[in-house]
Amino acid sequence: MTLHVPPPETVLDPQPLLSVAKVSRFYGERIGCADVSFDLWPGEVLGIVGESGSGKSTLLRCLAGIDKPDQGEVLFRGGAEPLDIYSVAEQERRRLMRTAWGIVHQNPRDGLRMDVSAGGNVGERLMDNGARHYGRIRETALDWLQRVEIAGNRIDDRPRQFSGGMQQRLQIARVLVSEPKLVFMDEPTGGLDVSVQARLLDLLRVLVRDLGLAAIIVTHDLAVARLLTDRLMVMKDGRVVEQGLTDQVLDDPHHAYTQLLTSAVLTV
Amino acid sequence: MTTMIHVENVAKEFTLHNQGGVRLPVFGNVNFTVSAGEALVLAGASGAGKSSLLRILYGNYRPTSGSIAITHGGRPIDIVSAVPRTVLDIRRRTLGFVSQFLRVIPRVSALDIVRDPLLARGASPEEASERARTMLARLNLPQRLWDLAPATFSGGEQQRVNIARSFVDPSPIMLIDEPTASLDANNRNVVVKLIAEAREQGSAIVGIFHDEAVREAVATRYLDITDFRKAA
Repeated sequence: MTLHVPPPETVLDPQPLLSVAKVSRFYGERIGCADVSFDLWPGEVLGIVGESGSGKSTLLRCLAGIDKPDQGEVLFRGGAEPLDIYSVAEQERRRLMRTAWGIVHQNPRDGLRMDVSAGGNVGERLMDNGARHYGRIRETALDWLQRVEIAGNRIDDRPRQFSGGMQQRLQIARVLVSEPKLVFMDEPTGGLDVSVQARLLDLLRVLVRDLGLAAIIVTHDLAVARLLTDRLMVMKDGRVVEQGLTDQVLDDPHHAYTQLLTSAVLTV
Repeated sequence: MTTMIHVENVAKEFTLHNQGGVRLPVFGNVNFTVSAGEALVLAGASGAGKSSLLRILYGNYRPTSGSIAITHGGRPIDIVSAVPRTVLDIRRRTLGFVSQFLRVIPRVSALDIVRDPLLARGASPEEASERARTMLARLNLPQRLWDLAPATFSGGEQQRVNIARSFVDPSPIMLIDEPTASLDANNRNVVVKLIAEAREQGSAIVGIFHDEAVREAVATRYLDITDFRKAA
């Protein structure tokens, strides 16, 4: 047994990948989310938890460039210059969302083209990013189908012929094939059977680590948060009531609402 | 000897907001240091806060006040005030936690669980697998189980997978909570030996052991935390 193998020097990146400052979104009088600020660093996985209506999906839509916040800014450092995503032109933002970002929707139908083959769904993202060589596109698509555990002989089938779990895995392949730096996921395991969830979670865990992705995951399932995330933000009534390292927040919750959430979980 | 842990004025109190705001003081005015090559065994009656203290050292529980300097990459860093990614880096490279329980991940085999820390620290897959197999064999886990996910293993088998994972590449600091609770005498002795080896090679150990024989065999020093309880 050799002790203390010199660990590889961990490069602590000097700059966050995403800086969120005082983001708020209102629906008339009602608060969607209010005054949310945080930094996300390359390779970090942030979970946003809270019950239905707590504002976590609203916040995700603001962060992901889908829904413009009424106040605040979202700064992305993917290239040479930091980019305020809501001050650039619509076209520029869309290009960013296609190339540097990925969004995994809760319902795979929202992220897939249901009338296009599985291979086409994955290949389309590559073509969006400029790939033109048909053979290579198909080869990459096939590789990705296998990485998400879809048999290669299903490449020409349409997503509507797939089970819910397979559709979700296909959506993940479609998002990750373009090698995004940052991925947003909204309840990625929602609506799936528990056994199917376990497989998907393990797959996500491995992919996120192997690709060194930064990700923001919205979930109401604390077990999912514990398995996939490094950090946690707990939301209630549109505001962040507690945040920190995932195991700190779940094992030693300080806010009344977090204590309520963690004590409400049934252990099997 | 190099100081690895320096605890200063740590206090912990739980506030249960949903049970009438009850405040549960655990301890206060905790001060001690642990050096490389030492094995500090925490003593005190059940409920005295030994596990809470261990979790605070790991950055899992947050103390109400005080600081904990962990020597990480040659310099002290306060794990209490460190940002999440720094805490994770400290855990990856410097600070290991050995609990009684294995957190089972669906579909991941025993061998993969054990070699994972080596891979995370940059070992080659071949070297990692080789060392993982050696460790599982030392802990007498039947070879037919190595490629299976431990969800269906017995408590003792899961515990040995967990210990193998922790000792396959001992961290400069090892925090150990009751590692031998459901092991037979033979495997208990293996664990005692693994702890001693890690310590002799320079790890700083802080542990809780209910079994008196294990405690005696492991400890180079005791810390009774009952006194800190009075200060809470």
